Amino acid sequence: MADASSSTRGDLRIVNVTKSFGDFTAVDDLTLTIPEGSFFALLGPSGCGKTTTLRMVAGLEEPTQGSIHIGTTDITHSRPYQRPVNTVFQNYALFPHLSIYENIAFGLRRRGIKDVKEAVDKILNLVELPHLAQRKPLQLSGGQQQRIALARAIVNRPALLLLDEPLGALDLKLRRQMQIELKWIQTEVGITFVHVTHDQEEAMTMADTIAVMNEGKVEQMGTPADLYDNPKTAFVANFLGQSNLIEGRIEGNDGDNHVVDVFGQKIKINKNRSHAKDSSVLAGIRPEKIRIQPAGTAMSGNVLTGGVISDASYIGVSTQYQIEMPWKQELMVFEQNDDGVPPLEKGDPVTLSWEPVFTFALDGREDAFAGSEVHADEE
Amino acid sequence: MAFLHAAGSKVSSLKEKRSLLPYLLLAPGIIWLFTFFVLPIANLARTSTQTPTANGDTGSYEQTFRFANYVDAFLDNKEQFSRSFIYAFLATVLALAIAYPLAYGIAFKSGKYKNLLLVLVVAPFFTSFLLRTIAWKQILGEEGPVIAVLRGIHIIGENTSLTASAFAVVTGMTYNFLPFMTLPLYASLERIDPRTMEAAGDLYANAFTTFRKVTLPLSMPGVVAGTLLTFIPAAGDYVNAAILGNPNTKMLGNVIESRFFKIVDYPTAAALSFTLMAAILILVTIYIRKAGTEELV
Repeated sequence: MADASSSTRGDLRIVNVTKSFGDFTAVDDLTLTIPEGSFFALLGPSGCGKTTTLRMVAGLEEPTQGSIHIGTTDITHSRPYQRPVNTVFQNYALFPHLSIYENIAFGLRRRGIKDVKEAVDKILNLVELPHLAQRKPLQLSGGQQQRIALARAIVNRPALLLLDEPLGALDLKLRRQMQIELKWIQTEVGITFVHVTHDQEEAMTMADTIAVMNEGKVEQMGTPADLYDNPKTAFVANFLGQSNLIEGRIEGNDGDNHVVDVFGQKIKINKNRSHAKDSSVLAGIRPEKIRIQPAGTAMSGNVLTGGVISDASYIGVSTQYQIEMPWKQELMVFEQNDDGVPPLEKGDPVTLSWEPVFTFALDGREDAFAGSEVHADEE
Repeated sequence: MAFLHAAGSKVSSLKEKRSLLPYLLLAPGIIWLFTFFVLPIANLARTSTQTPTANGDTGSYEQTFRFANYVDAFLDNKEQFSRSFIYAFLATVLALAIAYPLAYGIAFKSGKYKNLLLVLVVAPFFTSFLLRTIAWKQILGEEGPVIAVLRGIHIIGENTSLTASAFAVVTGMTYNFLPFMTLPLYASLERIDPRTMEAAGDLYANAFTTFRKVTLPLSMPGVVAGTLLTFIPAAGDYVNAAILGNPNTKMLGNVIESRFFKIVDYPTAAALSFTLMAAILILVTIYIRKAGTEELV
């Protein structure tokens, strides 16, 4: 076994990969390039094919079709132990019969590396758990086990580190802390991280680039800000944060903007953020971008009138409103509680407005609820 | 504070009531063990130091606390003693060699046939131990398939037979105790998180190293349980030697049986029983210490 730290380096390229289990296609003609040194997240609901993709890169599954490369090396059919790839498994999969020290030393010993002790001590210091070297994994807390699993993988200096829902078993507070820590460690060691998760917040906190997967395909790939501000599909708009998607029709153009008719009211959508196939569109706007005022207040930008508050929840930092529009659709509005004005109440008639630049347009034939129901299943 | 104290005493009286419950639940078991284990053992211990009565009636003994019975019993049967442990050891090793791959296959490779295979492992229990041993005699017998094959490929000569031999006794015990080896092994292999094996592969271990460094150590509790469940009854067994053996393959169990029921030499039989029990206990203690399974989860 060559030293994994020098033999194979470069971008991870997944080329036209399909993986079928019987009749079920878990991954469908997937092509992805993950640049060396990046923190990349595969985000999607369970069953979207993200874990299968990861397992194919790790060598734990073989693609039905297509190929996988690191740099110029084709690793499609090499055994897991022949790849310069290490994995942080869901629930960690630490060896319960070995000490923490031996767990971390496992990969080094298999590769016949000298100075095991130095490398292990160094990595234990990096994850700040040097005092636990002689313990057994089950004597550690979940957060500590998580860090040891990470240490056991990165001590091998792989070209690629795969993380399979690594924070899924931790409680929320610890998860937040580990997100920041993981990001810091990635910057520190400079290894390409490929992180699989169904938690959009986790993906957005850590990743440079996110690929949103659904039903074996990549729906959209980009930076967190790209995906959030300019989603191309209803699935992405709903899965990554929340969106109000309103049916409309493009009536004409005004400079860089489409003029869109939504149930008799006119709004503007920047052409750069329009993914419409024809005149039928879903106009999208994020709940926190909308300003809310009592009906009759003069407002600028895109304005929708005739709403009535059907529900208002005060959650401290903001107030979340449900607004029933004249066409019987409920829109969500999140407003920061930063203006000293008491929140509006249920039953109040209101006018909504937002800057046209925040609007995006999706193909009008899409299911406006795609991707929104999966969150409820996951948590 | 007063209120808290009152509540506290109420809780403690409730606790007292509860603390009796475990003993009540244990009572049937304890009574059973006392009647059918402790009393007979005590009786056996008493018998082991008796000597024949002066009038010389067969089977009548009196208590003289003659501990030399133990020495005599052991010296008279050294051969059967060592044979018992050698046969039991061979049967245990053979059973482990057969059961480990079997349990491994059932645990990891059998897919939807897992339950069927487990039923097949247990199936021999549906017939009696004696019948199975007699069946084994048939299988190894002159008309059986095993001897035909072995003679056919000239592994054994035309005049050699398999029955009434040490081979038959050891393989008979192996066969009879195989489920006791397989089931604990299966249970312990089944509990291994397959992801730990994947992790070993991910950390540059090939299939063999993964087995040696991860699977085997994690299945040690099953290995220890299985070997004990095979070795202990095998060391005391007399059915296999009686049915499948010859006068030169007698085990300690056969000696105890004949001393008790044929020669009615109760003190020697009792002394042999205790010596066997002590020897097994010592061996097992050393074995468990060496295996270090108490550290395993």
